[in-house]
Amino acid sequence: MSSVEQQFGQAGFEPTAPVPPSRVRIQSGPLAEAGPSAGRREPAVESVFDVREVSVHYGAKRALQGVNMRIPRSRITALIGPSGCGKSTFIRSLNRMNDSVPSFRLDGEVLYHGHDLYAGNVDEVEVRRRIGMVFQKPNPFPKSIHDNVAWAPRNLGLRHGLDERVEKALRGAALWDEVKDRLKSSAHGLSGGQQQRLCIARAIAIEPDVLLLDEPASALDPIATASIEELMHSLKGRFTIVIVTHNMQQAARVADETAFFGLNAAGGEPVGTLIEHDHTEKIFGHPADPRTRDYVSGRFG
Amino acid sequence: MSTAASPAATGSVQPSRSRSAARRRSLDRFGDGLLRVVCAAAALTAVGILVLSAYQIFDHAGPAISKFGLGFLFSTEWLPNFGVFGAGVMLYGTLVSSFFALLLGAPIAIAIGLYLSLLAPKGIRGVISPMVEMLAAIPSVILGFWGILLLAPFVQKHVEPFLHNTLGFIPLFGPPQTTGASIFTASLVLTIMIIPIVASISRDLFLAVPRDVQDGASALGATRWEVVRGIVLPTTSSGVIAASLLGLGRALGEAIAVAQMIGAGEKINTSLFETGDTLAARIANQFPGAITGMHKASLYYCAAILLVIGLASNLCAQWIGRRFDYRRMVAR
Amino acid sequence: MTLESTNAHESPFDPAAPLTPTGNLRRRRAISRVAESGATLAAALAVGVLGIVVYGVLVHGAGALSLDFFFEGAPNGIGPALVGTAEIVTMATLLAVPLGVLVAVYLVEFGGGRIATPVRLALDVMNGYPSIIVGVFIFILIVEATASQSAIAASVALAIIMLSIVARGTEEVLRLVPDSMREASDALGVSRWRSILTVILPSAVGGIATATILAVARAAGETAPLILLTSNNPGIEVSLNPFEAVPNVPGTIYRLSEEANPEGFARAWGAGFVLLALIMAANVGARVLLNRSRRKMAG
Repeated sequence: MSSVEQQFGQAGFEPTAPVPPSRVRIQSGPLAEAGPSAGRREPAVESVFDVREVSVHYGAKRALQGVNMRIPRSRITALIGPSGCGKSTFIRSLNRMNDSVPSFRLDGEVLYHGHDLYAGNVDEVEVRRRIGMVFQKPNPFPKSIHDNVAWAPRNLGLRHGLDERVEKALRGAALWDEVKDRLKSSAHGLSGGQQQRLCIARAIAIEPDVLLLDEPASALDPIATASIEELMHSLKGRFTIVIVTHNMQQAARVADETAFFGLNAAGGEPVGTLIEHDHTEKIFGHPADPRTRDYVSGRFG
Repeated sequence: MSTAASPAATGSVQPSRSRSAARRRSLDRFGDGLLRVVCAAAALTAVGILVLSAYQIFDHAGPAISKFGLGFLFSTEWLPNFGVFGAGVMLYGTLVSSFFALLLGAPIAIAIGLYLSLLAPKGIRGVISPMVEMLAAIPSVILGFWGILLLAPFVQKHVEPFLHNTLGFIPLFGPPQTTGASIFTASLVLTIMIIPIVASISRDLFLAVPRDVQDGASALGATRWEVVRGIVLPTTSSGVIAASLLGLGRALGEAIAVAQMIGAGEKINTSLFETGDTLAARIANQFPGAITGMHKASLYYCAAILLVIGLASNLCAQWIGRRFDYRRMVAR
Repeated sequence: MTLESTNAHESPFDPAAPLTPTGNLRRRRAISRVAESGATLAAALAVGVLGIVVYGVLVHGAGALSLDFFFEGAPNGIGPALVGTAEIVTMATLLAVPLGVLVAVYLVEFGGGRIATPVRLALDVMNGYPSIIVGVFIFILIVEATASQSAIAASVALAIIMLSIVARGTEEVLRLVPDSMREASDALGVSRWRSILTVILPSAVGGIATATILAVARAAGETAPLILLTSNNPGIEVSLNPFEAVPNVPGTIYRLSEEANPEGFARAWGAGFVLLALIMAANVGARVLLNRSRRKMAG
């Protein structure tokens, strides 16, 4: 039994804290349907993130509200939806990257392997070591290609076999063949797509537990975008991946589960919220919520 | 009532209008040309001042240059009554005090720049930044006066003995002298002068490092210091060096505060706690009272040397700053 | 240890462990904290030194102040020196501001050309020019030629020091004037010189004023040129004659600080108090002006 199962009994289904009977939790997502009605075809998958009633404020402005979801391990979960519905805010809340915004406030709980990410004694640097992120615009360091990938492992003290680690990461990002002869050259000499793959290599070089990708292909041309997508397939299984994307075809091709974020206008001002979260085929094939259906069919021709 | 503009009002038809219009146009052209010439003359004046000053100073140093040659730089004899002059003592004092101030001041200033750009919340930055810049606004004569009356006794009583006791095996830290006027105390005041210059420029350089690259580093589980050491400092290194050279230039050229604090020594002492002199301070001290031609010429020679050193440091700063920053390097 | 693992999820750490530092993070965190403390300490040091100096001048100088101090000459007061500094700085401003504005206009409005680059370089170099060298230069140019020290010589030297500050500040604010204003002027058929003098410069007046105040604050405190070019006797009588070597405040402070006379020290502190107060006020005023104009531009 893995340590996770030891701690939580059956893989991830039992709540880590007793749910007060008065509170009705609107839980969406495929993992919620399991339980007593164990008529599922696939084996139970443990969850890495357990997000409970999360809402986010930037000062007085509410950016996200009422999000409940579980993110499964070793799968790709896509977050789709129109702009301004809180997808980016949500994904950045998963690795404490929103901390740098001074007016940021999160209510609710984000549990990572059962631990509250926002508890007082949590070290956010440790959080980011375990939960990596690739950003929308490629942001390579002004260093050589090799040093870009080797920088974080060096910090972590993983100096042994550094060159092999760099090669493994570059291979994993499908960049090795293109750069193996110029590892010492500057990272800024690479094309946009290559730079983004370099950022992915950088992130996987320290072997994180989770990889968060915030619209990784939106700043790239279609060919570079395709290469990123191929990468997703090969990375799946090695990491838990959460990817925000505007490209629904991409989500449909790549993701195991898809979560649709939309605006909830009830109660005055529209606020971003999670509307539906399920297996990808269900979201794109026969979505339950009419808002999901509108969004998904509107884009698909 | 018709509001349509009459053809006359648009002005190009009637002959008398075109005459005055033509006069206006030629006046305008003349005015444009005149303004352009005047402005160009002003601009050239700026260059002219620098060129003329260098020429005049070297010209007046001529007699001393031809008599003493380059040996002037190394000779430590300065005897106005005998017509023997050498800038060795002052050259030594200038270089030692300025580099000491740079070695002490630049790291502190860079740390302040890091604090103001990356650590301080915006409100505090708005208060402390101006205060650091105010430090630069204190006139050097006041700083020197405060230095010799308040700082020097304190240093002489507490700091110099401590340093001598702990580091006395290094000849630099000899026994403290009686008055506290020394290269060491003068260097401390120079440090105070260098810090705001380097700190303000560094702060702006650090603020300009793109946020997304720093975020990328944080997202890899790096501590704040690692982001600074691995990203912020390497990116801004040439700008910071240029800023430090500007600070060095300030220290090299400072005459008044140093004259008040360094004790006008006549020989090169190995210990920092003894008196010394610098080129600028010697000029400030002796220029008004110089009588003989060779005395004056030697002081002009000192000024020429100072000019060269100061220009070299400043031009290096400009060159480094221009190569790697698009903003010009100027001390605030 | 983990290099051989290629199958799913064999991490170098246990992902389900509590989110407290693992591996070498504890040490790295400590190092980072030390660095942060160091930086904070450095900033506190700078503020502390500022406070100590200002406090010292305040405490020692306040005692010397009195009506006599401001209006009488030596040995009771620095009245003539105050007048002298005011005269010298005013003349320097009258020289430096028009010249500096013209240089900036050239760089921005008639910009470019081959002389723009050396001019900019010259301005930057002039900013770091040792003031004693400026003093020596003007000594050669004026004092030697006229065989006497004078307030005019001092003014010219200070004007050179002020020039780069005024020119740079004016250039910055001229660049902020939107090109649309210039284009509109051209489209209306207004000549260059008219639009510069009547439209563009007036809109930049705030910035020019700020730069001037900063330049004045800098020049008022400059001592080195004044020692060579005019008198640093504390001054017994007020003299307004610009062709004479008038007394001035920084020179007086310097002179009194070099004499080993405790009574003189008291007056030097007082003079320092006045000078520092004026310069600090000018700096604060310039900053307030700057913030106000920035707020106006941000709309």
